Amino acid sequence: MNWIHTISAWAIPVMIAFIPLYAYFKKVPVYESFVDGAKDGFSTAIGIIPHLVGMMVAISVFRASGAMDFLVDLAAPAVRWLHIPPEVLPLGFLRPLTGTGSLAFTTELIKTYGPDSMIGRIASTIQGSTDTTLYVLTVYFGAVGIRNGRYALKVGLFSDMVGFFAAIFVCLLLF
Amino acid sequence: MVNKIWLGLLLAGFGFAAAKGDINLVTKAAFEGAQTGVTVCFGLISVLVFWLGIMRLAENSGLVDRISRLLGPVVKFLFPDVPKNDPAMGYILSNMSANLLGLGNAATPMGIRAMQELQRLNPDKTTASPAMCTLLAINTASITLIPTTLIAIRLNYHSANPAEIVGSTLLATAIATLAAVLADRWYRVRQAPPPAIPPSVPSSSTAAAGRGDGA
Repeated sequence: MNWIHTISAWAIPVMIAFIPLYAYFKKVPVYESFVDGAKDGFSTAIGIIPHLVGMMVAISVFRASGAMDFLVDLAAPAVRWLHIPPEVLPLGFLRPLTGTGSLAFTTELIKTYGPDSMIGRIASTIQGSTDTTLYVLTVYFGAVGIRNGRYALKVGLFSDMVGFFAAIFVCLLLF
Repeated sequence: MVNKIWLGLLLAGFGFAAAKGDINLVTKAAFEGAQTGVTVCFGLISVLVFWLGIMRLAENSGLVDRISRLLGPVVKFLFPDVPKNDPAMGYILSNMSANLLGLGNAATPMGIRAMQELQRLNPDKTTASPAMCTLLAINTASITLIPTTLIAIRLNYHSANPAEIVGSTLLATAIATLAAVLADRWYRVRQAPPPAIPPSVPSSSTAAAGRGDGA
């Protein structure tokens, strides 16, 4: 897997060097064009604030109140019946809601049970295999002012669920 | 659906905090959440300003068009209603490759840029087009070749083999992405209006927006 690491490390530096050089040969005024494009970045980021604040407030209230722990307790018997370690269950609810929250939880599991335990492996795989659906949705739609996201949320949550179970069963099979 | 989830999260939080007898939790969590939202956006400013600048160079030099023409046919089947050789395809491709390489801070600006291009093609500016939904589906599942953050954490906690999760992650992420693409296609076929239809009349677009699936 070393070559993938190498590509990852080189990708951004190469883009930063190659794109301006290519533009220069195409007679683009490189610095002026860069500044011109960069201007949009600020307003785009600022435009996302209301969307993200709204979402983060709801998620934060939901988590702090203990409503999430209740959901986890509710689902625990079913999970045990499927031979899934119940310790990883909160991750299934956290992953689509908050990237930092689920990363913190994964780190905690790795710390407690060890990175090479089954729980550690499953948690790592769940965390790495999907992105934070609500965040991606809020940021991408917020940036262009889409109010009606249609079925995008359902699709995102569905794939999170599939990813969660896939991660567990792949780990149980592989390790 | 977003409206209901949002309200549901807030009300469930309120209800549980009240039942626990610790209603102050709600106030504290609400303002902490608001702060996180702003902090994350401020973090995005530097990333977006930088990458949108670099991408303007890629655009003005014709690089984006070239990528669209060269690699567009590869992902064409995912975005049937994006016109051939449209620059949107170039951004979609850069977003997908950045995700694949695990370049999180480059993937988001490229994805947003792709969304802006898709918005240009979108007849109804407040309702997501099918192509936007597909882009979202791919990004929420996010195929990743190496989960760099996770490997770093595992290394930190003295894993004997920090990278052993690369294979399991790749398999799980492939399954999740496949599920996302299939579900997206299913909804698109089931409820999307034919893509060739010109801008919808105002009355029908407000009706659609009022259905409650807003983002």
